[in-house]
Amino acid sequence: MASNKHNQFLEGSRAISLTVANIQPDVISAYPITPQTHIVEDLAKFQADGQASYEYLRAESEFAAASIVLGASAAGGRVYSATSSQGLLLMMEVLYNAAGLRLPLVMTIANRAVGAPINIWNDHSDAMAMRDAGWIMLFAENHQEAVDWHVIAYKLAESLNIPVAINVDGFIITHSHENVIIPDKKTIKKYLPAYQPKLGTYLNSQQAITLGGFFTPEHYWQEKRQADADLKKSVNTITKAYRHWKKLLPSPIALKPRFDNGLVEYCGPSQPKTLIIAMGSMSGTIKEALRDQNQVGLLKIRSFRPFPGRDIARFAQHCQQLVIMEKATSSGAYGPLYSDVMAHVPQFKGVSSNHIVGLGGHDISVKIIHNIIKSSRQAGLRFW
Amino acid sequence: MSVNPAKKHRPLAPAGSALNNKTGAWRTHRPIVDPQLCVGCSLCAKLCPDSCILMKKNPAGKLKAEPDYDYCKGCGLCAAECPVKAIKMVKDY
Repeated sequence: MASNKHNQFLEGSRAISLTVANIQPDVISAYPITPQTHIVEDLAKFQADGQASYEYLRAESEFAAASIVLGASAAGGRVYSATSSQGLLLMMEVLYNAAGLRLPLVMTIANRAVGAPINIWNDHSDAMAMRDAGWIMLFAENHQEAVDWHVIAYKLAESLNIPVAINVDGFIITHSHENVIIPDKKTIKKYLPAYQPKLGTYLNSQQAITLGGFFTPEHYWQEKRQADADLKKSVNTITKAYRHWKKLLPSPIALKPRFDNGLVEYCGPSQPKTLIIAMGSMSGTIKEALRDQNQVGLLKIRSFRPFPGRDIARFAQHCQQLVIMEKATSSGAYGPLYSDVMAHVPQFKGVSSNHIVGLGGHDISVKIIHNIIKSSRQAGLRFW
Repeated sequence: MSVNPAKKHRPLAPAGSALNNKTGAWRTHRPIVDPQLCVGCSLCAKLCPDSCILMKKNPAGKLKAEPDYDYCKGCGLCAAECPVKAIKMVKDY
């Protein structure tokens, strides 16, 4: 695949598909849905043009695409899929099974609003629907983060037997152009050796096993407890895998956040009065809005599952105002991110507020962010 | 970072472990085959959703249907489809 270690000006989808091709999966299956289409279109074309050697299976629906990659993974293959919005909802049953069977699926979600009303633009409603499926859920702010996460995702999935979803904001990342470094096959090989699971841990007639057996109440809860413990423990693996990868592939932009461990990134003063917590591409706009603010910091969440509760508590407990901005609602309650954050800061004595922004692609401007900061002395949930 | 395969969990079971779950206990009706009427066509064995009708040769060398009551859930599909009405469903409680 044409790529090198130099800076290229690429569309987000193109950057992701070039990276996935260089990771060299065995099987790819996907069903096209806006705004994910460019990613899988490119991957299908690479294969059709003889530039890549994976099998590309066309599916009749997202449910089928997810089932195909689940089956291929159970047979010991390295797999990839991508989807969005309603497509992700259609996959839902398979997503829970992939996590329960501990299969290392890797999937890109080009985040898009969920209907009705039908809307093709970006928010995080689709990702929140799979929140409890047992997947590792990573969020990218920009093109380079999206590229990095894809390589790291395979490392995590294959070393932990937990499926990984990489969330990239639809259109904002998938359809925009930005400077990005695509890692070549050699660099990826150094970090991610060829995938070969141990015989007797996957479906192979040489050593037959049962995968997906019936679990009675006696064993089912133990299996779920194990999955929960392994997902929580994966925070250490994510930090290690992230730091290792960043040594191999430097970032094209010399950004020096005050703190960055792969799970969260903090930018701002050492002791902020107000702390904004956000995920995904809006972090870039927030950083821009904070240029003239010297008492406001931004804590960007890179890993939503496992939830970096310990890191959040460290940054959040001493500030006066906690501002949680998120692109999803949980109708009838606070936003999903707000609920998770507040569950991890029981000692917090200040004012916390939950701001639902950017639903269905609604623009998040610097002005809106300034207004949110101004209103942060008042607790409660607000839509912008 | 090294990968430790011993730490990689996956809910596996030995091949054939579904045999441990004797689903015959779920049954309310039991299929009874009349070997006099059975012509050995094997339709019931092919239709059975649990693959628990076995076609066995009798001493005369003729194929006859034999339900495996350890796993037969008593759905009655075999009795409904038998072309010569050789299978009857009787109460099993």
